[in-house]
Amino acid sequence: MTTTAPSSNVTERLVQVGQIQARVLVAGTGDPVLFIHGAGGLWWDPFLDALAEGHTVYAVEHPGGGESDALTHLPGIWELVLFYDELLDALELDTVQVVGHSFGGMVAAELASNSPRRVTKLVLIAPIGFWRDDAPIPDIAGIPPETLPGLVLADPDSPLAAMLIPPADDPQALFEAAMRMASVLHFIWPIPEKGLSRRIHRLSAPTLLIWGAQDKLVDPVYAEEFTSRLRDSRLELIEGAGHLPQLESPDVVRGHVLDFLS
Amino acid sequence: MKSIFFHLMPYRDLPEDFESKYESIWVTPPNSELCDPRKVAQYYQWNLDELELADRLGFDGVGVNEHHQNGYGFMASPNLMAASLARRTPNNSAIMVLGNTLALYAPATRVAEEFAMLDVLSNGRLAAGFPVGTSMDVNFCYGVPPTQTRPRYREAEELIIQAWTRPGPFTFNGKYNQLRYVNPWPQPLQKPHPPVWLAGGGSVETWELAGKKDYTYSYLSFFGAKFGKKLMDGFWAKMDEMGVDRNPYRAGFAQQICVSETDERAEKEYLEHVTYFFKKCLHIPPYFFEAPGYRTRKSTEFAIKTNQPGDIAAAAALEKNWKTLNEEGFIIGGSPATVADRLIEAAKTLRVGNLHALLQIGSMPHELTKKNITLFAEEVMPRIRHIWDAEGWTHNWWPSGAANRAVTEAPAGAQA
Repeated sequence: MTTTAPSSNVTERLVQVGQIQARVLVAGTGDPVLFIHGAGGLWWDPFLDALAEGHTVYAVEHPGGGESDALTHLPGIWELVLFYDELLDALELDTVQVVGHSFGGMVAAELASNSPRRVTKLVLIAPIGFWRDDAPIPDIAGIPPETLPGLVLADPDSPLAAMLIPPADDPQALFEAAMRMASVLHFIWPIPEKGLSRRIHRLSAPTLLIWGAQDKLVDPVYAEEFTSRLRDSRLELIEGAGHLPQLESPDVVRGHVLDFLS
Repeated sequence: MKSIFFHLMPYRDLPEDFESKYESIWVTPPNSELCDPRKVAQYYQWNLDELELADRLGFDGVGVNEHHQNGYGFMASPNLMAASLARRTPNNSAIMVLGNTLALYAPATRVAEEFAMLDVLSNGRLAAGFPVGTSMDVNFCYGVPPTQTRPRYREAEELIIQAWTRPGPFTFNGKYNQLRYVNPWPQPLQKPHPPVWLAGGGSVETWELAGKKDYTYSYLSFFGAKFGKKLMDGFWAKMDEMGVDRNPYRAGFAQQICVSETDERAEKEYLEHVTYFFKKCLHIPPYFFEAPGYRTRKSTEFAIKTNQPGDIAAAAALEKNWKTLNEEGFIIGGSPATVADRLIEAAKTLRVGNLHALLQIGSMPHELTKKNITLFAEEVMPRIRHIWDAEGWTHNWWPSGAANRAVTEAPAGAQA
């Protein structure tokens, strides 16, 4: 997926956080919702439009892609979590509801574990953060790119597949995709379990877990890792969806998420 | 020009259907299915015999390197092989370990220690190779995050040089190596330290390091001088830009070489083994070559600008018959005269003073390998040894304890 230019009702804000310039897309009115995207990049999609109908959405671009040198200031998860904590200060959001997808779900869970008083509600869509030998998460860097749609989407032939792979004949797009992926792998290589299990007991926010029943990238069995540890959580398994349930089954997921959020 | 017999130590008996049945020669070829330790016991004997023969025949150096989970080179620890060679190379060849993949070792003082041991054991014959390492080895086999590859490498290089040159004990406060007491016993015999040889596939940062620290740089690819030209031109342009001289001994290149009595015989004897190499040993899917973040932004942009991925794809797509392989420069094969002429041309094109001669290729059996090594030493080496003499450069990067055969004018092979 690519970073889209904000459309007319979405504004782009550049926020200085320490030595990092954060890029945030903002839209809507109402209680603030922080959105943290997955490895595919920041992309203003219909799901964010739906969130923005009743909330002020702050969709943050994961630092370190593009031309940024942010990763030199973010050696690990600890600094990444502090980056988000400081970003919320800069945005003057004392408390916030957080929605995170995949890698962004892991970051959201880490943020809510680090700052439990700050995160009032949490939505985790197919989050990573744990490892099970009985359901290994495929190495997304160690597979042919053309197999990605089959892992990510319940229907690999759906139009969403086109967003997953940059065109092979566009070196600039390939370069940007590689840098974007590098900025995520930086935090999860070689196995996406980086200690969330030691910290998640601090997380107090009521949590809604959304998982595609046909998720072949992060198997739905991983939901147990969260529900068994969280104080207040609910799982919605989405039939007919894979790793992008919010785009594969937009109406169902939107219903669950909007009902859950204030 | 210095000739180093460089041994990759491949598995010589991969199954006929290897490349169609398995994903890759590297990282994932299933070990219990494909790698028979009894066969490897025999290979290791052959490999070391071949390297020792090269020493006896008057090669300037013998070369080993490090790869992991790799069917064309399972010398996981080149230092073990080098230790064996240090004791069994009476003709005092340089021991060229090209090299240790620095980013894999934390603390990197392990490399400082083992290289110092080798230098002392060999009486100052060690050339210390500091490759960045491939994405396959560093990221996929050893689990180093791609974005840490270069920072770890640079810090390790810094630490090793300090460990070799600063009186110990001292403190090293790095990002990846935090040591209260750095004080390895012994420090190397060569002073200030063994010559450092960088090796790589063309990243701009490595060239800058070579220029800045006065290290040699060897371009290691299996695609020959024709494909290597753009890269080595880039290297020399960088040296010019940095105000570094054009001493050809600053640079080396790897070349697969097949020598026989005649051009025709070379094809007959070697084609099968060369084909084995290009079909099976280079069977590596593109996604293993470069985990996102392995290359820096600058090197990625340079690669795109010089169309490296396109070149490699074009090279890979070529039909691997004897004619094409020779014409494209992937191999240099033929009679001693043919091989010498083409090597001279390649060396002059790339402006390199060190040849890493790959003389055991793929499935090449022991007897044929010995023939290749012998013909090269006796018939080719004397013709290429003096090609840079007229320019009058000094080889400042040759291990001080190793025999300096280039200045003796003795015909190679005479010592055998």
